[in-house]
Amino acid sequence: MLEIKNLSARIGDKEILRGVTLSVPDGEIHAIMGPNGAGKSTLSYVLSGRDGYEVTGGEAIYNGQDILALTPEARAAAGIFLAFQYPVELPGVGNANFMRTALNAVKRARGEAELDAVAFLKLARAALKKLSMQDDMLKRNVNVGFSGGEKKRNEVLQMALLQPGLAILDETDSGLDIDALKIVAEGVNALRSETFSALVITHYQRLLDYIVPDKVHVLAAGKIVRSGGPELALELEARGYAGLEAA
Amino acid sequence: MSASIETRDTVEALAADKYKYGFTTDIAMEEFPKGLNEDIVRLISAKKNEPEWLLAWRLKAFTLWQKLEEPVWAHIKHPPIVYNELYYYAAPSGPAPKSLDEVDPELLNMYEKLGIPLSERAALAGVAVDAVFDSVSVATTFRETLAKSGVIFCPISEAVREHPELVRKYLGSVVPIGDNFFAALNSAVFSDGSFVYIPKGVRCPMELSTYFRINARNTGQFERTLIIAEEGASVSYLEGCTAPQRDENQLHAAVVELVALDDAKIKYSTVQNWYPGDADGKGGIYNFVTKRGACRGRNSKISWTQVETGSAITWKYPSCVLQGDGSVGEFYSVALTHNHQQADTGTKMIHIGKNTTSTIISKGISAGHSNNTYRGLVKILPQASGARNYTQCDSLLIGDQCGAHTVPYIESRNASAKVEHEATTSKIAEDQLFYCRSRGLSEEDAVGLIVNGFCKDVLKELPMEFAVEAQKLLAVSLEGSVG
Repeated sequence: MLEIKNLSARIGDKEILRGVTLSVPDGEIHAIMGPNGAGKSTLSYVLSGRDGYEVTGGEAIYNGQDILALTPEARAAAGIFLAFQYPVELPGVGNANFMRTALNAVKRARGEAELDAVAFLKLARAALKKLSMQDDMLKRNVNVGFSGGEKKRNEVLQMALLQPGLAILDETDSGLDIDALKIVAEGVNALRSETFSALVITHYQRLLDYIVPDKVHVLAAGKIVRSGGPELALELEARGYAGLEAA
Repeated sequence: MSASIETRDTVEALAADKYKYGFTTDIAMEEFPKGLNEDIVRLISAKKNEPEWLLAWRLKAFTLWQKLEEPVWAHIKHPPIVYNELYYYAAPSGPAPKSLDEVDPELLNMYEKLGIPLSERAALAGVAVDAVFDSVSVATTFRETLAKSGVIFCPISEAVREHPELVRKYLGSVVPIGDNFFAALNSAVFSDGSFVYIPKGVRCPMELSTYFRINARNTGQFERTLIIAEEGASVSYLEGCTAPQRDENQLHAAVVELVALDDAKIKYSTVQNWYPGDADGKGGIYNFVTKRGACRGRNSKISWTQVETGSAITWKYPSCVLQGDGSVGEFYSVALTHNHQQADTGTKMIHIGKNTTSTIISKGISAGHSNNTYRGLVKILPQASGARNYTQCDSLLIGDQCGAHTVPYIESRNASAKVEHEATTSKIAEDQLFYCRSRGLSEEDAVGLIVNGFCKDVLKELPMEFAVEAQKLLAVSLEGSVG
């Protein structure tokens, strides 16, 4: 269960979030939609602990723990996963090595047994197969020379391996063709369970055809201005965001 | 933000004693009087029962050294080294051990502690080790196994006695005694080091390695290594270095000479982890080293791979003189500096023969207040038709108090030669760190991973047994570098 209460944050002198309140119960997927500059990406970075974002008020409680005081890696260990809008390239770092290092770091923090290379490879191959991805994905360097779609799929692969309790997808659909979009959606849907929840940040309704949300929230000018069921996304698609700030 | 500052503080506290090789060994030592003069040179030579010709050679070097000046062109700063305040010879006292059973158990313990087991049963599979402690070699493993294929691997002091014809022929033939200030000093006072001879057509059946340890206070270490690969021979050799944690600076001025005849191959790898000094730049080894290989034969090949993480100052340019037609020189380097370390390192590739090729891949990583300079010369002589060089120099900066410098010298006097130089400088990006951390990696692990990725092209050149060690060393050496 994620509970965000009256969360405010700024970058430098610029107020971006102005009191966001939101709760995502376990097992639910919530979509966050909103116009450019509404604070959608800021919300995802504040929740995952990126430097440079100063929390000025409010709190974010995940499974009873105030996550805002934690380092990014401690949040990952607590089960929070951020799928990046622009996944980062790590030259010379093999994808398999990266994912195993990450998985073992998380396992170590949780007091679980680490995986050796063989066990990891078995797990990774199974995940690849499930997501209709090629094995060579593991041999390549992290995101280096990946197409936009491959990068997003790589995010979904990492998510599948790390098995988070809360996934935050930051415009994971941007720049994806319909086939890639389906793969990403299947990746998220495959994780759906009573112990998994997700915040799906998106600009467009299209992704929500494939990942059907339990709730849709509209973020505008740093606040949640409307919340509703999946039908809200359709309404926004038809009428746009204009006039919402006043609502 | 506050969490990451806290992490940094904790890590910095840990980093203060991260140099795990910093212990000293208490053992009865024989030291010669302090200072350097002809008598000391004679004393060293007499101590080793050297023949007259070698004493004459040393004395000539000493005379030359007195006329030479310490080079000042490197991008390093240090208080003047007072050569008369140093000890030039230190060795465990008593007669030299004849076998491992006679080696002082305290010494064996020390090498165990360093992870260098000298008992052949416990040794790394397939690696023969020569252990040099201050001024003398204390043990060489697997000598009998090697002798079966005709390979000679022994302390150089022993080679002087047992194989004088080889030593006399090649010693100083690649690095002449008056080559430079530090090479002349070494030639005058060198005490021990390793000697390797691979006979014609023999592929050395195991990795050879020398482990250098400076222990005594205020003592310089001046080892001398000579490797000869006859026609069609090949060998892979690795050296490792550590020293105790001391407040004074200690001088290390080694000379390494390699000779490759027709179709011979020598691969020389270094993992240099001398004590780098503390976080404030106090103490640490001054590492002034001359390493050069001569590709004398046709199609011969010499490959240098170095991972330099230690020393307060590193001044070294492992070089290849490509005399034989079709010969190949390679230099793969990772130099990492942190805190107040200074490194000025690179290579010289001298193309003399036709169709000679050289490759230079240099990766410099600077953190803390350190300075890291790549300095490299590619020289193509008029007769070197068809010569080719490819150079790639990449620098990675961690933090904003450090410096990276690239100083390439290119001299081509043959119009058919091709010389390529590429250089990049980058910083570890905040988004790379955050990406790794959001996946659960600590900041330190993230830096280690990114740095190892940056160095991958060099690390893959190391013998497999040591590649993993080198990766860990890079990560450990960077502890406390971010925050």
